[in-house]
Amino acid sequence: MIEVSNIEKSFNGTPVLKGISCVFESGKCNLLLGGSGTGKSVLLQCIVGLMKPDIGSITFDGTVYTNSKIDIRQEIRRKIGMLFQGSALFDSMTVAQNVEFPLQMLTPEMSPEERRERVEFCLKRVGLEKAGDKMPAEISGGMKKRVGIARAIAPQCTYLFCDEPNSGLDPATSIKIDELIHEITHEYNITTVIVTHDMNSVIEIGEHIIFLHQGKKLWDGTKDEILNATVPELREFIFSSSLVRAAKRVDEETEGGMAAFAEESESGGGI
Amino acid sequence: MLTTLGSFVLFLRGMVTRTERFRVLWNRTIDEAILIGVDSIVIVSIVSAFIGAVTCVQIAYNLTNPLIPQSTIGYMVREMTILELAPTITSIVLAGKVGSSIAGGLGTMRITEQISALEVMGINSTSYLVLPRILAALLMFPMLVILAMLLSILGGYLAGTLTGVMTAQDYIEGIRTDFIPYNIVFALIKATVFAFLVSGISAFKGYFTTGGALEVGAASTGAVTNSIIAILIADFALAALLL
Repeated sequence: MIEVSNIEKSFNGTPVLKGISCVFESGKCNLLLGGSGTGKSVLLQCIVGLMKPDIGSITFDGTVYTNSKIDIRQEIRRKIGMLFQGSALFDSMTVAQNVEFPLQMLTPEMSPEERRERVEFCLKRVGLEKAGDKMPAEISGGMKKRVGIARAIAPQCTYLFCDEPNSGLDPATSIKIDELIHEITHEYNITTVIVTHDMNSVIEIGEHIIFLHQGKKLWDGTKDEILNATVPELREFIFSSSLVRAAKRVDEETEGGMAAFAEESESGGGI
Repeated sequence: MLTTLGSFVLFLRGMVTRTERFRVLWNRTIDEAILIGVDSIVIVSIVSAFIGAVTCVQIAYNLTNPLIPQSTIGYMVREMTILELAPTITSIVLAGKVGSSIAGGLGTMRITEQISALEVMGINSTSYLVLPRILAALLMFPMLVILAMLLSILGGYLAGTLTGVMTAQDYIEGIRTDFIPYNIVFALIKATVFAFLVSGISAFKGYFTTGGALEVGAASTGAVTNSIIAILIADFALAALLL
């Protein structure tokens, strides 16, 4: 579990995060939802330690991360896996070498044979067992995301952070990536935090959703609760999605479209 | 200016605190030494051989006084090569080739979040990416300068004898006259200082790139120009201090 307490962050005097407090639960897909420029990615970068918040604290399973000693921060960082928006694969390495890299660096006690087995396992888990010898430039955007996930889970991370995992992907591939993240979260009981503005992801895998608006947390709840939320900014955000608008229109016309929509997503059938 | 200098010092300090394991550092340094050193042999060889040849022909052109022995040409080629041309011109060539490569490589890694990926993994990115590049440059620049010295003097020999401006015997006599071994030491000190400046400045410019492809190009250009200016200032300072 990750606890974020009263985080504030400004850039050149402009506040971007304004006292955000929230909890990301273990074994769940926690979604940071909001429009562009609402501070989602900044909050994520503060949590993983790429940025230092001006005020506030972040706790990983009871261990305070912010302002703690470098050894403690390093120990926590080694439990973190992250999927970047652009995948951030090392372009001088093959797919297999990318997945092996954190093992080489973080677990020197593993033998080369053990590392190879782990790489094969992780690549198989994300469905890329035959792509190990390819270079990142030779694979598609969706495959890059899968490699990013494999690299994140290779050292058996406890916390998985995903920065807009669906950006630049077609809807079908997006759903597959969402499903993969969801499966991995439950399979390994990982605390997963996903930054997104994609309502498809909310409906697919949003077990715990935190809505940010203009640097503030305005709402949190589950995907079942979000459609009935009364916060005007959240409703405006949700119904700006053409997919949700279409479902709402069907709901109004057939008296039950939204319910069917929610039931469909609940049963895992997708949209 | 002072802020940049302070950031540069902090950048270098971050590189040597929390270094990676020795084996990782060693492997990375060898990889970079191949890129910086081995891959630069051809360009350094061509530049230094022709500079030696041109120096020889131009000195011969200017030395028309019959009272000055022909062996002076060989002597002057040797002195100019060892003291100035080999270390400085080689380093300027390497600033263009290696400096832009270091800045461009690190800048691309920065804007594609590869450096962030290393940081999230708990790896000290400056220690992993920058320290091996600087160590490799410190190792390879002096070796390339020694190669440049040899090829430049050889280029002078070939140019002098093939064009008929002097005999081989005069040239060899000239390059053996009044040889001061300290000049070699001075040239290698210069090469080491230039190696640090080129690799350090280029890594600094690349590592702190922000923005996109345009800024990576600007970082590479900035790395080369700043490195060359730093080489010339250091060249003067070292000559004033050590000669």
